[in-house]
Amino acid sequence: MTTVRIPPTLRQDAGGERDVTAGGSTVREVLADVGERYPALRERIFESGNIASFVNVYVGGEDIRTQDGLDTPVAEGSTVILLPAMAGGALAPLATLRVPVTRAEPVSGAASTR
Amino acid sequence: MAQVENRLEIDAPAARELLESDENAVLVDVRGADEWRGGHIPGAVLVPLTELTERIGEVAPDTGQRVVLYCAVGARSLRGAQALSELGYERPVSVTGGIVDWLARGFPSSLERTLEPDQRERYSRHLLIPEVGEAGQLKLLGSNMLLIGAGGLGSPAALYLAAAGVGRLGIVDDDVVDESNLQRQVLHSTSRLGELKARSAKRTIQELNPDVEVVTIEERLTSDNVDDILVRGWDVIVDGADNFPTRYLINDASVWHGIPVVHGSIFRFEGQVTVFKPHEGPCYRCLFPQPPPPELAPSCAEGGVLGVLPGVIGSLQANEALKLALGMGNSLAGRLMLFDALSASFTEVAIRRDPDCPVCGDHPTITEYVDYVEFCAA
Repeated sequence: MTTVRIPPTLRQDAGGERDVTAGGSTVREVLADVGERYPALRERIFESGNIASFVNVYVGGEDIRTQDGLDTPVAEGSTVILLPAMAGGALAPLATLRVPVTRAEPVSGAASTR
Repeated sequence: MAQVENRLEIDAPAARELLESDENAVLVDVRGADEWRGGHIPGAVLVPLTELTERIGEVAPDTGQRVVLYCAVGARSLRGAQALSELGYERPVSVTGGIVDWLARGFPSSLERTLEPDQRERYSRHLLIPEVGEAGQLKLLGSNMLLIGAGGLGSPAALYLAAAGVGRLGIVDDDVVDESNLQRQVLHSTSRLGELKARSAKRTIQELNPDVEVVTIEERLTSDNVDDILVRGWDVIVDGADNFPTRYLINDASVWHGIPVVHGSIFRFEGQVTVFKPHEGPCYRCLFPQPPPPELAPSCAEGGVLGVLPGVIGSLQANEALKLALGMGNSLAGRLMLFDALSASFTEVAIRRDPDCPVCGDHPTITEYVDYVEFCAA
């Protein structure tokens, strides 16, 4: 079996669980197993058959985007980590944020760094 | 890109050899006047990066002349070398690691600075560590760090960086101290309720360590002011923002300005920390190409956070920032460290630079500031 770690912001879609055990020999199979039990989570993390772009998936500490994607093998007893970005820190919440929409020109010389 | 950068860079020993063997070579310090006064390489001329392309003709009239550029750690001087190359200079080079590495190798400097007696006492526990010592402490006293946010993460980071003797700390925050902040934002106190956080932070830091120059920037970081703020000579940015638009803005600006970012984020019982080194390692967009949809992106104000959690993550950020300034150890660049307070466990995952990254990739598609609120709401 494989342990799938559920990030805090997706736990509401996984019955509040922090970890879920699942069967399967690839990421696709493991997440299909989890998705059977938690359809809301499947809806959330899949985007037309692929992992949604805001979710990173790690197997054995490696991002599956740098491996075989959903076909990345999952060894028995390994851990799959689902990880979206977290915003939290210090400043005001998004709802109160007012970033001007004007587009600033990059500083001179900045263009040459790219 | 990598090949071009290699051709434009040499290390400190090679630079020293070149300057000794080529009498026509010109050594240019592209830092600011304040940094110059704090010590520079003998024989160098000061031409701040912002004036470089206009004034290079005065110091190196011949475009075939060898021009050696340096700054604090090598980021600004690399941009300078690229600019001179585009201007037609045949062999401009940037000294990798800048004057920090130059001094660390014991190469000559215009000012042989030493610690004052009271500083020897204050920093004695650093001086006792052979790997830090007086040279390391002088590096810290000469370092410049910019903190985005004086809240949960910025509080412990600012306190430890100030206590360690970081010479100049910039603090960007336009918020005021609220009662709900005091559960975790240990820079502030009950008597400071209603006071601007940047000013409250400055008072606390000055009480702690008068060696530290605190630069308060009582504004919200935006596309409009970010360039003005980032050009003020920062070696490291400590990102303690609480929203995705600011995080992506910091990322793009730091890549374009060549300044490493020590990133931390927290939510409820969990935190993440890593280091983004422009063009050497991944950036925030390589790690997270897209923010989560807004309903999955609650801030601490909306979702809560255990008070001690920013203490753990912000302290780890200070640790990374100090290592970068000292030029020692293995930074978290390329590694994302996850902390779970409930299981008291750390997990590490690998993160890699994405050659297709729209900002730091080989063929960038985002080359100017975008509407970050719109990007994060999409």
